[in-house]
Amino acid sequence: MMSSARCVLALLALLLAPPAWAQGDAARGRAIVTTRQKGLCLLCHYGPFPEERFQGNLAPSLAGAGRRWDAAALRARITDSQGLNPDSIMPSYGVTDRLRDVAPAFRGKPILTEAEIEDVVAFLLTLTADE
Amino acid sequence: MRWLLLLAALAAAGPRIAAAQPRMPPQAVAQPRSGTQDMSRELQAMQADDSANPGMLWVQEGEALFHRAEGRVQKACADCHASLTGVAARYPAWDDRSAAPMDLAGRIQHCRTEHQQATPLAREGEPLLALSAFVAGQSRGLPLAPPEDSRLAPALARGEALFRQRRGQLNLSCAQCHEDRAGLRLGSALIPEGHANGYPQYRLEWQALGSLQRRLRNCMVGVRATAPAFGAAEYVEIELYLARRGAGLAVEAPAVRP
Ligand code: HEC
Ligand code: HEC
Repeated sequence: MMSSARCVLALLALLLAPPAWAQGDAARGRAIVTTRQKGLCLLCHYGPFPEERFQGNLAPSLAGAGRRWDAAALRARITDSQGLNPDSIMPSYGVTDRLRDVAPAFRGKPILTEAEIEDVVAFLLTLTADE
Repeated sequence: MRWLLLLAALAAAGPRIAAAQPRMPPQAVAQPRSGTQDMSRELQAMQADDSANPGMLWVQEGEALFHRAEGRVQKACADCHASLTGVAARYPAWDDRSAAPMDLAGRIQHCRTEHQQATPLAREGEPLLALSAFVAGQSRGLPLAPPEDSRLAPALARGEALFRQRRGQLNLSCAQCHEDRAGLRLGSALIPEGHANGYPQYRLEWQALGSLQRRLRNCMVGVRATAPAFGAAEYVEIELYLARRGAGLAVEAPAVRP
């Protein structure tokens, strides 16, 4: 009885263990955020990226994002911003349905993969200082 | 239980009640602002000075083509048209023969194939851009005056719907940038109100003159959406709506843009 409960617990732990991609890499995440053709983030956002000359002002600063939000909230926002707020202009980076007239080169593909989103989350968590 | 049902019924009725409200016909932006006003002084000066505006090269080329006899009937545009002052300010307009709206380049195409019986010119080809620039230049300074023509109404409504429809992998609509966020910065680019009063236009990025359809295509590609082929009805429908929302703005073709 006791050992079978332990078995179930062990199984649960295995199932709930984060998959390999869950360990995001903050340096890779920074590169994604600041690369215009990849993350596109700085088209709309600005933040503590002194080397980036042209940053948008359509969205809040990314400075302090890691203090305001935890990993789960950041992941949810980036994966499906429009799921949180249908009127948001922030693209749902992990979503491919609900879209129309997508150019053939991008059809059926999310803007960022799950692994890339984890990298971005890991990087945003380092942005704890308000600027 | 009963109030639960009532709540469900209300929730279901909500969107329908909203949709049933009368829709106002599309209006001009209250005080439309030309994209020219947001450019650097240098570019404004380049646009205003005919000897510095690169678009004037196409206008001159267009004037020459306008006077050249063409096609089976060997007639020039100038044999049928003296001045075309004010014409570009009224386009797109209804075309009886095709029973569809037609933009200025479409009209020039049509005159060429029907009245000159010449081979059609390619959309975005140099000769058609030059002729369009020459004709549009004759409306410089005149207010955009889209025709009050009820036959255009369905296409105009489709144009507005296209303007408000989210599209592409980035899932953005024209209105989200040009109506809601004009004046803000998308990366390095100041978002203009997106008016049609400066076309065809010389864009430094293109190093060439380009049509309004080319500009619309750029914006569609920018949000990673499919862009229809040049000349497609969708573009003319959007052009109709742009002319309406920019009504009153002075024609500035050929404008200069970064
Ligand atoms: C097209 C515009 C756009 C792009 C591109 C964009 N965002 Fe956003 N983002 C917004 C807007 C607008 C908000 C404000 C909330 C809302 O309207 O959804 C926001 C909110 C956020 C927030 C919460 C900000 C806060 O602290 O309140 C974070 C974090 C964020 N975005 C991160 C990113 C990252 C990372 C990327 C790129 C991978 C990105 N965004 C790309 C428009 C954008
Ligand atoms: C993500 C933002 C965005 C979206 C969405 C967008 N545009 Fe634009 N548009 C711009 C920017 C920025 C410019 C300024 C040119 C540049 O620097 O690229 C521009 C320029 C224009 C211009 C030229 C204005 C001038 O003064 O010459 C027109 C017209 C226009 N857009 C129409 C449209 C239409 C129609 C759509 C939808 C099919 C659309 N745009 C979608 C950002 C956008």
